[in-house]
Amino acid sequence: MSALINSIAGIGRRTLEGISRMGYATRFFVSALLHSGTAFRRFGLTIREIYFSGVLSLIIILVSGLFVGMVLGLQGYETLETYGSEEVLGVLVALSLVRELGPVVAALLFASRAGSAITAEIGLMKATEQLAAMEMMAVDPIARVVAPRFWAGVISMPLLAALFSATGIFGGYLVGVVLIGVDEGSFWSQMQSKVDFQDDILNGVIKSVVFGIAVTAIALFEGYDAPPTAEGVSGATTRTVVTSSLAILALDFVLTAFMFRGIS
Amino acid sequence: MNRALLDLWVGIFVVAGIGALMFLALKVGSMNTVDAKDSYQVTALFENVGGLKARAPIKSAGVVVGRVASISFDDKTYEALVTLNLDKRYGFPVDTTASILTSGLLGEQYIGLEAGGEEVKLKQGDRLKLTQSAVVLENLIGQFLYSKAQEAPTDEGTSNAAP
Repeated sequence: MSALINSIAGIGRRTLEGISRMGYATRFFVSALLHSGTAFRRFGLTIREIYFSGVLSLIIILVSGLFVGMVLGLQGYETLETYGSEEVLGVLVALSLVRELGPVVAALLFASRAGSAITAEIGLMKATEQLAAMEMMAVDPIARVVAPRFWAGVISMPLLAALFSATGIFGGYLVGVVLIGVDEGSFWSQMQSKVDFQDDILNGVIKSVVFGIAVTAIALFEGYDAPPTAEGVSGATTRTVVTSSLAILALDFVLTAFMFRGIS
Repeated sequence: MNRALLDLWVGIFVVAGIGALMFLALKVGSMNTVDAKDSYQVTALFENVGGLKARAPIKSAGVVVGRVASISFDDKTYEALVTLNLDKRYGFPVDTTASILTSGLLGEQYIGLEAGGEEVKLKQGDRLKLTQSAVVLENLIGQFLYSKAQEAPTDEGTSNAAP
């Protein structure tokens, strides 16, 4: 009997802990937004963070974009050739990149490349009591450390996604037109007639902005909330990658359902 | 890392990102969708729109002159009411014929406009009187089979008469 009561109490405790953690995360997110004035007034701080999360992610984003586009070109050609419509290869490559793969894969790479770094950095700052030292000097760590990183992530993410899509389309062009020999004119003109600026490109940008907010907020919170031990920081880094990857995929479904339902 | 180099790298990154967006907008996508303010709307009733969809192109002599704004059902005539957004630059006479055509065998459907001989031009809110419905493949096959079936007895008649 007491085992039953204990297990029910366990469920209740975990629920309460979960809710209080979510509340803490929301308060953290709101206070980061409220302190974002510092991120823009002292824009040098944000620029430094754009360098670390944006510029240093460039290589992995560009290389994977190129390869994803090349694979799309090969696979798309194999399938479209069956129906004798190789000339829509450009449409296939461009639409899948701009609508889905660009924002999603770039965000997944961003989460594992930059998100984990942010969590580890802030977690170590907390473990070595640098954040506490800042508070002692009357410097708000949220304004000085968290807000610039947040805005750097939000600014970098859509740029990285756009670069991913652009290199991907170039990769598709390389394989489709240069290697296989699909007609270059119809590759580009079919693409231009089927890809719409507002419905496809702008929605892709909106997606990448949302993913940027989600990934950076999760990474910052996990770092800030990490237990100040070596084990705690490593656990928080893992949680950042797992949670933000799941968040990206779930958000992508919700956004896609809203954006592309009525489009023929 | 010193500040100037940092600024330079971030600058390159931002410029490249915006360049990629511009590439997507100009080279990959098309921004020349006809805006509501640069166009006038006319309506047309079709017996059957087939697979026509909103935002399908409207072409005259093969040139895109507008886009389909909306398709709805008219329960007075039991026909499909199609609203067409036509580019303001192009005027059409009031007796223009609108027909639903297909680009390629399995391609998308579009509206083809064929100008008539009237002097008076179409204006906002007019209705196109002359329309031609989409070709429905099943009806076409049905007609073909029907005409074959009608031909068949005479064929038999001649073959029977020969011996």
